[in-house]
Amino acid sequence: MIPAIEVQQLGKRYRELVALDRIDLVVQPGEFFALLGPNGAGKTTLISILAGLTRPSYGTAKIMGHDVLSGYREARKKLGVVPQELVYDPFFTVREMLVIQSGYFGIKRNDSWIDEILQHLDLADKAYVNVRALSGGMKRRLLIAQALVHKPPVIILDEPTAGVDVELRQSLWQFIRRLNLEGHTVVLTTHYLEEAEALCNRVAVLKQGRIVALDSMHNLVRSTRGYTLELRLSTGALPSALDMWRGKHDGSLHSLEIKDYSEVETILSLLRQSGVQILDMQLLQPDLETVFRKIMKTQDADGV
Amino acid sequence: MTGLYTLFHKELLRFWKVSLQTILAPVLSSLLYLLIFSHVLASRMEVYGGIPYTVFLIPGLVMMAVLQNAFANSSSSLIQSKITGNLVFILLSPLSYLEIFLAYVSASTLRGLMVGLGVYTVAAWFYPPPLQSLIWIVLFAFLGSALLGVLGVIAGIMSDKFDQLAAFQNFIILPLTFLSGVFYSVHSLPPVWQFLSHLNPFFYMIDGFRYGFFGVSDISPYISVSVVLLCLVVISGWALWMLKSGYKIRS
Repeated sequence: MIPAIEVQQLGKRYRELVALDRIDLVVQPGEFFALLGPNGAGKTTLISILAGLTRPSYGTAKIMGHDVLSGYREARKKLGVVPQELVYDPFFTVREMLVIQSGYFGIKRNDSWIDEILQHLDLADKAYVNVRALSGGMKRRLLIAQALVHKPPVIILDEPTAGVDVELRQSLWQFIRRLNLEGHTVVLTTHYLEEAEALCNRVAVLKQGRIVALDSMHNLVRSTRGYTLELRLSTGALPSALDMWRGKHDGSLHSLEIKDYSEVETILSLLRQSGVQILDMQLLQPDLETVFRKIMKTQDADGV
Repeated sequence: MTGLYTLFHKELLRFWKVSLQTILAPVLSSLLYLLIFSHVLASRMEVYGGIPYTVFLIPGLVMMAVLQNAFANSSSSLIQSKITGNLVFILLSPLSYLEIFLAYVSASTLRGLMVGLGVYTVAAWFYPPPLQSLIWIVLFAFLGSALLGVLGVIAGIMSDKFDQLAAFQNFIILPLTFLSGVFYSVHSLPPVWQFLSHLNPFFYMIDGFRYGFFGVSDISPYISVSVVLLCLVVISGWALWMLKSGYKIRS
């Protein structure tokens, strides 16, 4: 099977700054892939190289088997990119933008597909409105529509829900999820980790131009052993019997790191023996955010 | 071809939608030049033995309008797209650098010719100039418009801000146009200035264009057309190299 995206030893240097440091990455067709990492980690550089907006300093990148440099025409026809910035051309209406974008990809008559995208993205009643007059959320959806005019098998969304309200975010998620179910390979970058966790099945975490974690969402989240038990106690201080679990505390709220559920029982009985009353209790599953923080911390400790 | 045609058509729509500003306004300002200069200078100057100054002025003004508007079109379209960021839509597409070049230049050429035709039509209605050779007229109008369209592409790519583009326009395009013999015959200048005028490529465009009307010019139209063609080839090569290398538009 030809990978949807294949990147080998890919790097980008801006004089002294290494934006991307010889990374290898394969995304298979049909995957829903998340690119995570702090600002400046190299996510946008990677996307820009795949899209042909930036030239790599070394290494190769392919979209559906087509090199982004030597086979750029085919590579770009296979790829739809939703840029991060809310860009638009103030001279045109929503529909004109989509007709023009289709034309750039060599598609002359695209009306029925354009109607369909407009419908799905809830822009049908704005088809003849000048793009200038659209709200931020609508402009964001138009960008997604523009990326889809040529029915690309691979779609990259750079922060698709940045600055988008909760309701719209949900409907965008739904739409993107549907694209993936219909067989599109979807890659997204996001700052909202719960977004990646809810949607994606594989993750790459980038830091300072390198991939520091690459795994399925399931494995990555489970890789953090144990849970967190949050307790709010009547006494404020933690009884000394619980010293071995001592974790963080914030006033009377204590977060204890535990390995498994059996420890909950032990902790509860120790609390009962100490005569301390539990005001509130919560058992937290590890989530992507915990994992992400841990990865970033480990990397710092390693001096990377 | 669909991609190239689409970008050409988009560029056309871009100026057509604001034609009051991109077509009518330049026609009006050229006519104001004609009105003022002919009124002030008509009685004092006679060119090429017997041609009234006002009539002499018309081809110069037409060509000036052609050149300025061809330049304005590609340069302002590119800088606007760069600053607003919507150039990305073109950069993400499979359009080749040659297609991008041809689309921008042909749309600019067309705008230059449209404004030129507008100026000519109105001016000729008041003071009809003679018409010796339509071929030379069309040839020089076309080449001049294309050349400035290409220069506009270069200026648009090189400039990062509107004031840099304005500098390009005010310090290069405008002086070269005004000193090319739009308002006078270079023959009437002192020898040093005559020599300097011959170093200005814009002089050949206007002189050759004028030859089409009067059958008289400062220099042979064959020399002029060669100079203009050479400039067009060199400048186009430069613009194509910029687009191919992604200079300033693909990092």
